[in-house]
Amino acid sequence: MLVSYKWLQEYVDLTGITAKELAEKITKSGIEVENVEILNKGVKGVVIGHVLEREQHPNADKLSKCLVDIGEGEPVQIICGAPNVAKGQKVAVAKVGAVLPGNFKIKKAKLRGEESNGMICSLQELGIESKFVAKEYADGIFVFPSDVPVGADALALLNLDDEVLELGLTPNRADCLSMIGVAYEVAAILGREVKLPSVELEETNESVHDYISVKVEATEDNPLYAARIVKNVKIGPSPLWMQTRLMAAGIRPHNNVVDITNYILLEYGQPLHAFDYDRLGSKEILVRRAKAGEKIVTLDDVERTLTENHLVITNGTEPVALAGVMGGANSEVQNDTTTVLIESAYFTSATIRKASKDHGLRSEASTRFEKGIDPARTKEALDRAAALMAEYAGGEIVSGVAEVNTLKQEEIVVTITIDRINSVLGTAITKEEVANILTNLQFAFTEDNGTFTITVPSRRRDISIPEDIIEEVARLYGYDNLPTTLPVAESQPGKLTPYQAKRRKVRRYLEDAGLFQAITYSLTSEEKATQFALETAEPIRLAMPMSEERSVLRQSLIPHLLEVVSYNRARQIENVAVYETGAVYLAKGNDELPEEKERLAGAITGVWHAHLWQGEKKAVDFYVVKGILDGLFHMLGLENRIEYKQAKREHMHPGRTAEVLLDGRVIGFVGQLHPSFQKENDLKETYVFELALTDLLNAEVEEIRYSTIPRFPSMTRDIALVVDKDVIAGDIQKTIIEAGGELLKEVSIFDVYEGDRLPEGKKSIAFSLRYFDPERTLTDEEVTAVHEKVIQAVEQQFGATLRG
Amino acid sequence: MKEQLQQLQQEALEKIAQASDLKTLNDVRVAYLGKKGPITEVLRGMGKLSPEERPMIGALANEVREAIQSALEEKQAKLEQEEIEKKLASEAIDVTLPGRPVRLGNHHPLTRVIEEIEDLFIGMGYTIAEGPEVEKDYYNFEALNLPKGHPARDMQDSFYITEEILLRTHTSPVQARTMEKHKGRGPVKIICPGKVYRRDNDDATHSHQFTQIEGLVVDENIRMSDLKGTLQAFAKKIFGEDREIRFRPSFFPFTEPSVEVDVSCFNCGGHGCNVCKGTGWIEILGAGMVHPNVLEMAGFDSKKYTGFAFGMGPERIAMLKYGIDDIRHFYQNDLRFLQQFNRA
Ligand SMILES: [Zn+2]
Repeated sequence: MLVSYKWLQEYVDLTGITAKELAEKITKSGIEVENVEILNKGVKGVVIGHVLEREQHPNADKLSKCLVDIGEGEPVQIICGAPNVAKGQKVAVAKVGAVLPGNFKIKKAKLRGEESNGMICSLQELGIESKFVAKEYADGIFVFPSDVPVGADALALLNLDDEVLELGLTPNRADCLSMIGVAYEVAAILGREVKLPSVELEETNESVHDYISVKVEATEDNPLYAARIVKNVKIGPSPLWMQTRLMAAGIRPHNNVVDITNYILLEYGQPLHAFDYDRLGSKEILVRRAKAGEKIVTLDDVERTLTENHLVITNGTEPVALAGVMGGANSEVQNDTTTVLIESAYFTSATIRKASKDHGLRSEASTRFEKGIDPARTKEALDRAAALMAEYAGGEIVSGVAEVNTLKQEEIVVTITIDRINSVLGTAITKEEVANILTNLQFAFTEDNGTFTITVPSRRRDISIPEDIIEEVARLYGYDNLPTTLPVAESQPGKLTPYQAKRRKVRRYLEDAGLFQAITYSLTSEEKATQFALETAEPIRLAMPMSEERSVLRQSLIPHLLEVVSYNRARQIENVAVYETGAVYLAKGNDELPEEKERLAGAITGVWHAHLWQGEKKAVDFYVVKGILDGLFHMLGLENRIEYKQAKREHMHPGRTAEVLLDGRVIGFVGQLHPSFQKENDLKETYVFELALTDLLNAEVEEIRYSTIPRFPSMTRDIALVVDKDVIAGDIQKTIIEAGGELLKEVSIFDVYEGDRLPEGKKSIAFSLRYFDPERTLTDEEVTAVHEKVIQAVEQQFGATLRG
Repeated sequence: MKEQLQQLQQEALEKIAQASDLKTLNDVRVAYLGKKGPITEVLRGMGKLSPEERPMIGALANEVREAIQSALEEKQAKLEQEEIEKKLASEAIDVTLPGRPVRLGNHHPLTRVIEEIEDLFIGMGYTIAEGPEVEKDYYNFEALNLPKGHPARDMQDSFYITEEILLRTHTSPVQARTMEKHKGRGPVKIICPGKVYRRDNDDATHSHQFTQIEGLVVDENIRMSDLKGTLQAFAKKIFGEDREIRFRPSFFPFTEPSVEVDVSCFNCGGHGCNVCKGTGWIEILGAGMVHPNVLEMAGFDSKKYTGFAFGMGPERIAMLKYGIDDIRHFYQNDLRFLQQFNRA
């Protein structure tokens, strides 16, 4: 809402308060003033001039040579390029020495050989936006009414010495979508009076009922419809002050009748519509729901097809307006209109919202209906509009109002105690202070022993419960005066849940292992949604996605991590190691929420470790990533419950991928991307992993229990086994552990060899076995006995031979 | 004989002083103190002396032996020290060459901000509540006093999946769910961090996915002044001890009264600058007293219980705190961006 400071003064005395100060006060008490616009954009020296003579410029087709009286001595010669300049006009003249917006200084000049002593200005040249300039002056200079005095300050006449406050209204404060509403708010803040416009009607002897009858079928949507007839109007421009106020409020002037309806909309917040009575085609107004497929051509010359959800004003048979949104072209007020039907109605917000949404039409009127208007002012606004049409369009007001009123006006009464106010706010406000605030708000109330009973005025539709009154008191009392305390209730210690604490440790671990945390989008494309997913479900698609790229919820984190890798590689960052923790979304039933499972995923590519001057350089390989995961499982106390199994998965390298099992159940995978996938996506050798974080963190783990530090020495035996190439180390290790029994405490692999020194198809793996007993020192014989068993077992199971 | 001994001492000491390595020194030792050495020789000849002279010469011989012995030891220590120093000098390295790098990653800046805020509130007795990102319309809107058709639903255009299911537009549904679980009994004291989604085109200041942290306290006797004190503590912790906050009245369907909360500008201290657009204040939070409808819908008696709630955007806080100019940075994960948030 744009509020003219000068116009507002008609309703509230603003003496002693500048527009800027007022804006600050309004903001502090609840409505944000987003901007205070000074309309005079540095303009100086522009006066009213009288065009005494106009003739064609001798050397230029498109220029006029004018003799203009500017109220200072001799008339001056001005060259003007506007097509509409004419003898006898009163126009705005920027004198020599004047300044126009953008610090444009007017100097004496010669244009095509003719002297020009100033400039005749269009409204745009004075800083008014084109879209607010009346159409007839849009491409030329503005012509003032003939009665303005020559030499007068043109800026003052155009109200450009005004300032405009732009209010950012929250949806609850629809009451401030009108000058009067704003006046009440300002009066409450300043503790001053509100002066309402006086409405005096002079009516003819005729009765409105001889002209029109009103019927409302859809009373649910339209509980109040009122109409007046004004006859013998003369369409012409509205008074200059009205035009300038409309422009300041962001509305383009049209003609006196339309301008008056808009003026009342701004003043009362009540949208009005003016019909050309003679074009209605009947003596009847019928408000009803449209029929499916019914059509109307609206004022913007667009044919619109209606449904039964839309409310229309008809002449009994045909629609003449889309109620509350836009009038019909067939009944539009035109230059030859003489009799006007003014409609002032209360349409419910749901109806208007639907129509305005369906037709993509948002107007000053529809916005107000959508947010809710004050029906108590509907008829007063109608009367005021009729009075203005009598005054400024020469009309005569036909006696009476044609109306249908099924409105059930329920008074809202709210009761609240001073104690409740203070206990909710934490304040010590007195009864007197509260009473004073309510008085300034012009709320009717009684007070009995600290209990306030308040009758809420109909303009404040946002107030209905005690808490609303608390807010009114708080904002006008001033939040700066609110004390600063902390809750006094006994406080329990706060802490992370075990899951949350572990998740933080997982993140920290991976970062300390060299990975950066990434956060990527949950929405992805249909194609990527199920890529790499540990488990898949029906894709969950948005009903109305903004793009195909972001249309489906992801089931794996890897695709977006690979986008991160690509994004960085495109910026010459070849070595990337990132991880993410986040939800994937797995559909369940149709009307059920999906299952959200937290995953941990990573993507690593490029050089893993480089320390070049000492000759170290290591690219990422499978075992780098596996090592990171091993550390993770160790940290979570799961190292003995995890297994890796060679696996084939889509888009993964068939020989370099393992599934990760926890207690025998697959909870993730790790491996290299399939070379062809890498190629398609312009990636180098890249390793990824994804794990079911929820399962990892929820796995029950025993509490830490101290065990005695061994006091007896251990004994280590190494063996190098030659086996067939396809025998895997994990299997041999398992066998060793089983055969080694109690005494074998540790098995590690310290060498793997394949090559010339072994027969074709063979490899050797060297294990180091550590034996010990916490209770005593082992003898050589004991260890040898166990060790022999181990060797026997691997010989039997894998045909292994000891490498000499 | 006396002269002989003194002569020997002098000779020995001179040779010791001249010895430049341990081997020469050892030769000196053997030459003078060995069993066949000159001192032993002298002592052997003592038999020729008178009984009065014997003890005198014996004492002198011992004195000479001791003097040589101690000179030898001293010289030995010195030579050993020199040898060690020589060896160490040959082992010197260039300490300015680079060390073997330890590879380190770090938190995403949003996690950094979120954890800092979480920890602050945990310290004030809050727990962290989490909930689904794909939510029922009921918890996202209706339970928060936003019935279907409420005009404020326009304020947050949402991603719907079905009529009743959508991507949550704020983390408030977690508050509604948590209150419901409490079955009408306080206190509730939670922080709800998480991802949220709105129909916005991604640009420098908008993101269709972003994060939010909301807080909720419901108990008997919770006052709006408690909200002010709590947020004051928050502002000081996150933006610096000198920060002040101010409330400006506002509107949210789920709180009444509702306020926007500004923090005094950390950049200029409140005098006005670019960061605060000359106002000295920066809008950082929305907050208010929990609307009685919200309490009642979650099963709390709004006559007995009151509560406050607040919400903030970690992106905005991170942008202000670190001077980040474009919200898209958070989701592009450019390593040159991520690496900047590495300090402890
Ligand atoms: Zn500042």
